[in-house]
Amino acid sequence: MNKGTEQKNIQSSNSKVVKKLVLIVFGMFGFGFALVPLYDVFCDITGLNGKTNGASVAYAADGIDTSRIITVQFISRTAQGIPWQFEPMEREVKVHPGEVKFVKFYAKNESNRDIIGQAVPSVSPGLAAAYFQKIECFCFTQQPLKGGEEVEMGLQFYVDPELSEDISTLTLSYTLYDVTGKVDS
Amino acid sequence: MTTDVIEQESHDSHDDHHDDSHGKMTGIKRWLYTTNHKDIGTLYLWFSFIMFLTGGAMAMVIRAELFQPGLQIVEPDFFNQLTTVHGLIMVFGAIMPAFTGFANWMIPMMIGAPDMALPRMNNWSFWILPFDFAILIGSFFMESGAPNFGWTFYAPLSTTYSNGSTAFFVFAVHIMGISSIMGAINIVVTIMNLRAPGMTYMKMPLFVWTFFITAYLLIAVMPVLAGVVTMLLTDTYFGTSFFDAAGGGDPVMFQHIFWFFGHPEVYIMILPAFGIVSTIIPAFSRKPLFGYASMVYATSSIALLSFIVWAHHMFTTGMPLFGELFFMYCTMLIAVPTGVKVFNWVATMWRGSLSFETPMLFSLAFVILFTIGGFSGLMLAMTPVDFQYHDTYFVVAHFHYVLVTGSLFSIFAGAYYWLPKWTGHMYSESLGKWHFWCSLISVNLLFFPMHFLGLAGMPRRIPDYALQFADFNKWVSIGGFAFGLSQLIFLVVVIKCIKGGEKAAAKPWDGAEGLEWTVASPAPYHTFSTPPKID
Repeated sequence: MNKGTEQKNIQSSNSKVVKKLVLIVFGMFGFGFALVPLYDVFCDITGLNGKTNGASVAYAADGIDTSRIITVQFISRTAQGIPWQFEPMEREVKVHPGEVKFVKFYAKNESNRDIIGQAVPSVSPGLAAAYFQKIECFCFTQQPLKGGEEVEMGLQFYVDPELSEDISTLTLSYTLYDVTGKVDS
Repeated sequence: MTTDVIEQESHDSHDDHHDDSHGKMTGIKRWLYTTNHKDIGTLYLWFSFIMFLTGGAMAMVIRAELFQPGLQIVEPDFFNQLTTVHGLIMVFGAIMPAFTGFANWMIPMMIGAPDMALPRMNNWSFWILPFDFAILIGSFFMESGAPNFGWTFYAPLSTTYSNGSTAFFVFAVHIMGISSIMGAINIVVTIMNLRAPGMTYMKMPLFVWTFFITAYLLIAVMPVLAGVVTMLLTDTYFGTSFFDAAGGGDPVMFQHIFWFFGHPEVYIMILPAFGIVSTIIPAFSRKPLFGYASMVYATSSIALLSFIVWAHHMFTTGMPLFGELFFMYCTMLIAVPTGVKVFNWVATMWRGSLSFETPMLFSLAFVILFTIGGFSGLMLAMTPVDFQYHDTYFVVAHFHYVLVTGSLFSIFAGAYYWLPKWTGHMYSESLGKWHFWCSLISVNLLFFPMHFLGLAGMPRRIPDYALQFADFNKWVSIGGFAFGLSQLIFLVVVIKCIKGGEKAAAKPWDGAEGLEWTVASPAPYHTFSTPPKID
């Protein structure tokens, strides 16, 4: 074999390897983005971060389990930069698993400009999140308030009777964000 | 061996002639247009040393501010910028390019190849780096200042609460990622296609193996880093909500994706160090490396395990118990292959006829001090105790032991070991020993007390601290200044060695093995134009 063909052989096998490696590079770049939906699936399965259902669910429990009482506590906080007063009207309620309960939260825009708020829920302990079912929640939609306006916002929920016997207290935390600039997107 | 050298030299004189016919570039053009693996290796090494001094200067300001409690020298926001850019420069500007420099210089010579497989891309992957770091460091002079959210750039610190440096930062990370990926592709192609006839994979020097595996790690995780900074960019400027809870995203997800890149990245910075030390210890023990095959398998299994341990950086984010146990046990599992390596290094030295030239001294210090860093890593791997150590100076102590007395010491060891081959002159052994002992003493004064500070509860990334930490911090700062100054000795050693000194033989270390010692010192501009024969 003379030197020229040898050189060509090396070059063609070089470009084969390079093509494969570049493919891996693009594949891994895509994998980085694929981690976003994968993470959501992972959170659903493990209850990581106490994520609750993002859209309304229909009532699906087999009756009420009156032998157990679950304490559901409510916590609210406002993210930095939103001048709203935001708090639960009841600090905690006691419910039987399977029982539908309705509670209200109070919000008031204390500034004089129009602001759109979005509440984001989280349940602790995280493993219980999958058993906290929201039939109706103000967190499913954005809440616009004019300057100085106030509103009472409803939450209808039940606790799934399948909830582990070890858990007797659930804490539902809402964080309120200012999404005024982001509403269009 | 002597005949080999003569034979090679005759090739080289032929090659020199060959060069002249091309019209070898002179002056700055030689370096700008070069596609020669030795020139590019030299560029990488000098660049990384300049970055090392730049990042080191930032560390000096940090230590000066921390010399006593209270705010003396810099504002807290500027302090945050310094810790952030110090980390970014040391990781992406000093350690990683230094290893790429070693790869460029040594891999073709060790496997009997004439050059890297993709020489033009090699030129490009180096030359985008200086511009990249000019962008990163240039952001100090912007009105908003440099990135101040830590080198880990957690969202929302780098999105909602960014000081306006996020766009520059993301651009800089993209460029350094492209550079690393191109460098890694080049290394893989070179090793797969350009080995001399007869050099099978299991005959390659361990040095080449570790770079081979590291290059694969880079190809796998640098694109994930590129992805996560892209999400950061669109979250900050284009209204997406990957990490913004208000829009349905999750800031904790940032940490998952970041550390999916971040933990393999840690091994990208240590596996080549294993390769260098595994070359030097046998040379100065005058014995072959103990357990070559087990070293290859240990390196591979460390690389594979690095993909399933990322969440040990995030134990305190609130994970399910099963997750914490999984990541804890996987992390501890890594101690097994690492233990194999440390055992093999010690067994290589066992009953060897040891001598203690500077490369060996740095390698020995590496084995001992890296193991200390490994042990503090094991402590951090235990979920319950991590809740105490998290975000304290204990973590700072841990990763500086593995990165400074680990990676950096191995780079010094390798530089001393191959300086005669690079320059054709012996370096000053007495100055080298001064460099070693000054570094060794000061680096321990610098980082060891940090363990105690962390255990006592001093948080990291804070410009001020409670009074009870004052004494230790004073000692740490003194160690820091001494370590910084000691590195100037290394600069003197290298410059003296380039300018002159005792002529180096083709093989200046009598115990050294490998093809690089069969060519003359300094290594001719072109080597192995005709592949050597491997038995």
